[in-house]
Amino acid sequence: MSSKLRGLLGACSLVALGAAAHAETITVATVNNGDMIRMQGLMADFNEKHPDIQVEWVTLEENVLRQRVTTDIATNGGQYDVLTIGNYEVPIWAAQNWLLPLEDMGADYKPEDFLAPVAAGLTVDGKLYAAPFYAESSMLMYRTDLLEKAGLTMPENPDWDFITEAAEKMTDKGAEIYGICLRGKAGWGENMAFLTSMANSEGARWFDTDWKPQFDSPEWKTTLDTYLNLMTNYGPPGASSNGFNENLALFQTGKCGMWIDATVAASFVSNPNESTVAEHVGYAPSPVRAGGDNHGNWLWSWNLAIPASSQKQDAAKAFVAWATSQEYTALVAEHEGIANVPPGTRTSLYENQEYLTAAPFAAQTLAAIEAADTQSPSDQEVPYTGGQFVSIPEFQAIGTAVGQVFSAALAGTSDADQALAAAQALTTREMSRAGYPK
Amino acid sequence: MARTVTTQRKVIVTAIAWTIAIAIFFPILWTFLTSFKTEADAIATPPKFLFFDWTTENYTTVQGRSNYFLHFWNSVIISVGSTVAALIIAIPAAWSMAFVPGKRTKDILMWMLSTKMMPAVGVLVPIYLLFRDTGLLDTRIGLVIVLTLMNLPIVVWMLYTYFKEIPGEILEAARMDGANLTREIIYVLTPMAVPGIASTLLLNIILAWNEAFWTLNLTASKSAPLTQFIASYSSPEGLFYAKLSAASMMAIAPIIVLGWFSQKQLVRGLTFGAVK
Repeated sequence: MSSKLRGLLGACSLVALGAAAHAETITVATVNNGDMIRMQGLMADFNEKHPDIQVEWVTLEENVLRQRVTTDIATNGGQYDVLTIGNYEVPIWAAQNWLLPLEDMGADYKPEDFLAPVAAGLTVDGKLYAAPFYAESSMLMYRTDLLEKAGLTMPENPDWDFITEAAEKMTDKGAEIYGICLRGKAGWGENMAFLTSMANSEGARWFDTDWKPQFDSPEWKTTLDTYLNLMTNYGPPGASSNGFNENLALFQTGKCGMWIDATVAASFVSNPNESTVAEHVGYAPSPVRAGGDNHGNWLWSWNLAIPASSQKQDAAKAFVAWATSQEYTALVAEHEGIANVPPGTRTSLYENQEYLTAAPFAAQTLAAIEAADTQSPSDQEVPYTGGQFVSIPEFQAIGTAVGQVFSAALAGTSDADQALAAAQALTTREMSRAGYPK
Repeated sequence: MARTVTTQRKVIVTAIAWTIAIAIFFPILWTFLTSFKTEADAIATPPKFLFFDWTTENYTTVQGRSNYFLHFWNSVIISVGSTVAALIIAIPAAWSMAFVPGKRTKDILMWMLSTKMMPAVGVLVPIYLLFRDTGLLDTRIGLVIVLTLMNLPIVVWMLYTYFKEIPGEILEAARMDGANLTREIIYVLTPMAVPGIASTLLLNIILAWNEAFWTLNLTASKSAPLTQFIASYSSPEGLFYAKLSAASMMAIAPIIVLGWFSQKQLVRGLTFGAVK
């Protein structure tokens, strides 16, 4: 071997060793949903652009993930470099200085392209603390064939009276067709996500400006009465254990006339490979109260955030910038089809005619997200933010406890008045224990 | 006079035993069947029992998406490691409690068991902080330590119960013959208690294999066992039952095989001393 060749080989191995020594491994904690799984399949692009960064994934079920990352971030554990968290956590965690503000994400990043209501939920004191990866609101999905058969036409802005009438006319229990399917399973992110949104549309609120619980108000009474009437008379049996997936299965197999839930459901129910009713699905805004204009739209986003405890913040930032960029959207469109790009985060997506054609529900999704007002969700003044939740740390526990009370009412173990009284009592107790008003 | 067992009684008892066995086994059977369904068939109403298009697609997807063997090896190391460590500590402890009990032995036994009565989440934060400061987060050795401590009371209790059945005179005879304490435990006591030790070992491997609180909360990407592998296939939005079932079958298959081949030992050990 000539000395030149030997020298060259030596230099090559030094370069290789140097690269290996500089390769950083970041750990990304995420949820198991289609968009996140898709991203894991597209990592070759990231690896090509950032050969010095390796990504390890920890995929967990949503509730497990929430508990896991909360423990880690609260104890400054530093196990994760990128977290997938909801817009419920972002403002609370940012206020604790647990998250890194996302600044200087690169010239092409264009944070101003994020949909305003989505970015608002992730911004604290003018700084963005998490980058939205995917966002959803709520809307009404209905069976056009059943509505036509019932002799009705969907108004532009349906109200709860119309929903009740339509549910009654669409229901054919003999044929196992139920006029309406709504969430009944207890949980702050389950039935309470829907019921809080519905309550907002009815003009109700969780707390008055002195943080006094408001379940004794006539607005909450109307909300729960309407919900129980709809579900008891026109809903599927065993609805108190139905969440998103159960209702999705019912709707896809033709057993629901109407379903009000997350906008992301539209991509499932309109997919002929999964849904037997794909050809007969119509979309409308979430219902308002008669004469009202508050749809009570919820707003949920899955976001990528960097914990302040991460030791590899630059690498983490590079990953977040890649995953939430416009280029990533184009990458998904190229490999998986444009209908599969993560929805709800960037204005540019909704200006793309190709996307609007491929996703017939896109316009309604955008309208729903834009109508979501998480800063003042109710018609009445409130001391909190959040659409389908109240953005305080205590809400997970209180929301779930109230959800259990309302789920029990749906199961028939108590009536609306008893359920509201119980909700009022337990919320008052928990809030005073937590030291409100603060 | 021996009690006569009528045919009718036999039939009834057999029928009851089968009913209970099927009721217990049915969830596993259902998971097995679901793992071969498409996602649409998995949620079909009425449920499809045997007549559906069988597919192995879920297994392929799960294999492609997760590093099964990494999780599998983590599970093996954590469950076997913690059980062996617990036995090494528990055999001498149970010996002393069974053969040279003190005034407070019963109290100590009860106190040890009482630690199992506190919900694990109550000590999550302190243990997490200890692990963080000692660099044990997301390490197999950390999990082996925690699961050893978690299962130790049960191991000591089980061994204590088995050792109590062994006549102390035999150990005395060994001592008379000049055996020291170590030899007494290793060459005399342990061989006699093999069925008991074996069943303790197997039961604790199963308990450690299935442990899903600490193994989820103290791991991230490197040391996560099969519990995390399963947890990554559940989702509140979207269809996942078929893939989750496939992941579950892959996670429980090794332990089912182990249980199947060692059921004789398990039953013998669990009923050891119950019938003389």
